[in-house]
Amino acid sequence: MTSIIEVDEVSKTFGGVIANNGISLQVEHGCITGLIGPNGSGKTTLFNSIVGYHPIDSGSIKFENEEISKKSVQEIARLGLIRTFQQTRIYSAMNCVQNMLISLPHRKMKLSESFHRHTGSDFDKADALLDFVGLYEKRFLTAGSLSFGQQKLLEFAMALMNEPTALLLDEPTAGINPTLINGLIERLKRANSEFGITLFVIEHNMRVIMNLADKIYCLAHGELLAQGSPDEIRNDPRVIDAYLGAN
Amino acid sequence: MKRLAFYAFLIFFTLAAPFLLPDYKTQLATLWLMIIVAIAWDMTGGQMGYNSLGNIFFYGTGMYVAALIAIAIPFDVGEYTNAFSDKIYKFTDTEYFLGAFVGILGAGVFCAISALVIGYITFGLRGPYFAIGTLGVAIAAGELVSNWEWAGGGQGISLPVFPYDLELGKIMFYYMFAGTGVVLFLFARWLYKTRFGAAINAIRDDEEKAEAMGIHTLRYKLTAWSMSAFFVGVAGGISAFQLIHFEPLETAYQTINLGIFMVVCVLLGGKGTLWGPVIGAILFHLFKEVTWNYLLGWQWVALGVLIVVTVVYFKDGITGWLKLVRPEWFGIRVEAKSQRSPAS
Ligand SMILES: Nc1ncnc2c1ncn2[C@@H]1O[C@H](COP(=O)(O)OP(=O)(O)O)[C@@H](O)[C@H]1O
Ligand SMILES: [Mg+2]
Repeated sequence: MTSIIEVDEVSKTFGGVIANNGISLQVEHGCITGLIGPNGSGKTTLFNSIVGYHPIDSGSIKFENEEISKKSVQEIARLGLIRTFQQTRIYSAMNCVQNMLISLPHRKMKLSESFHRHTGSDFDKADALLDFVGLYEKRFLTAGSLSFGQQKLLEFAMALMNEPTALLLDEPTAGINPTLINGLIERLKRANSEFGITLFVIEHNMRVIMNLADKIYCLAHGELLAQGSPDEIRNDPRVIDAYLGAN
Repeated sequence: MKRLAFYAFLIFFTLAAPFLLPDYKTQLATLWLMIIVAIAWDMTGGQMGYNSLGNIFFYGTGMYVAALIAIAIPFDVGEYTNAFSDKIYKFTDTEYFLGAFVGILGAGVFCAISALVIGYITFGLRGPYFAIGTLGVAIAAGELVSNWEWAGGGQGISLPVFPYDLELGKIMFYYMFAGTGVVLFLFARWLYKTRFGAAINAIRDDEEKAEAMGIHTLRYKLTAWSMSAFFVGVAGGISAFQLIHFEPLETAYQTINLGIFMVVCVLLGGKGTLWGPVIGAILFHLFKEVTWNYLLGWQWVALGVLIVVTVVYFKDGITGWLKLVRPEWFGIRVEAKSQRSPAS
């Protein structure tokens, strides 16, 4: 297997806070990789570093063997590496379909093509993906009027609309009604298997990540604590300690 | 059917207006000027969320470019602009019309290009900083041009009058503004339905999200402003020939008059809508003509009150207010809170 994202000895501090300290990890192509750790352990910071949201202090980040640690958010997004936000970001004044249409992969579009109207197949794709995440009935509602969980689903659908090579999801199940979480896990798996999108998922919920990921990395206090298969992580005393200690 | 009748009426009125209201030809032309600069302002201000206070730069620059091109075709510009009254420069009909045509188009093109340059520098600024930054560009340009002797300095530039009957000239200028306005309206109507339109809306609603989704934000911002500047430049070019004489600070780079009025029109009518700028421009122009004629001495106070009332009570303008009370007219659906299922 080849790794699509390679993080090598990445450190990031905020003032005196060491959010990430010499972290190295690999995300395998075509797989679902999990990133867990107690609150404040530096998971979101690592995502932000990968997608170019802030400059890193040291280390190297490669996407498809290309160094991206000096690139801007847009340049990285245009390589096909897309992220969703922990606090969800959607265009709240627009309805769900409009949110989807805006998320078409502009990186694949020439300026002249942007002067076309949305085609029938753009609309079909938007509808199909809204149906995929279970928001088809709500597609003409303004996105801002959706519940937080529905907004998370919408943001996930928007990310799929963008046809990324790899997708970083920051706590996709946070705020989702527990009865719907199993369905969401199923959809994440299908996005991976059917659309062939490599997923790198931050997840606070242990049960979810155990069901979802092929490989899991665990952070604590900004450092990489453990890595391995779900079973290995589940039985790793350091991981159990970190979670028990934090809660 | 209703819609068709509505558009037919509008087209008829647009074409017939200078004959139906022969005493108001120039005011009607100015009304179209207001509509043009309002729609153009909204293209970036309302649709893209970049509130420029410096769009008057393109109006003033359009005036100068059009005039200088028209003069340069038959004459030496430096001699023309600095001639005393003893020397008469006479334009032939061909020189006049060719100069106007090439000058006005050239004004649009020059302004479109200068928007790319200014935008490249100022689009790093957000919110109020962008507004003030662009205002700074317009103020500085006015000062620079008024010290530029070759281009007439503080005296400005005089152009020849329309070579035929002056009433015919007024009708021609009316149709030039109206034609430009209609073209711009149809252009905006088309543009806002394209993927490009969706992209600039995304920039307005959440630029950071748009960046994270890989949208070429700078490219779209530059393109939008450049298209907007083209039309303002053309409008400035037409104004140069309509006004015959213009000064750099009072007429061309009139930041506190037209430069602010265009923003007020859009705020009044409603930002980010197709019809808002048009409705706003019409109401504003009526308001201005009435107050300037009947409330002399108090007109600026009345204008200030209008701005304050709009900003405080009609934050989203008339169309915004309509959207709120009649959302179905705009195809907006909002789920009633009580109907929202407790699950998910
Ligand atoms: N922009 C920032 N400025 C200052 N401190 C930050 C910033 N982002 C994160 N931190 C700090 O870095 C640490 C890791 O945060 P974060 O990456 O959000 O953790 P997690 O996502 O694992 O909960 C925390 O102590 C947090 O307060
Ligand atoms: Mg986090």
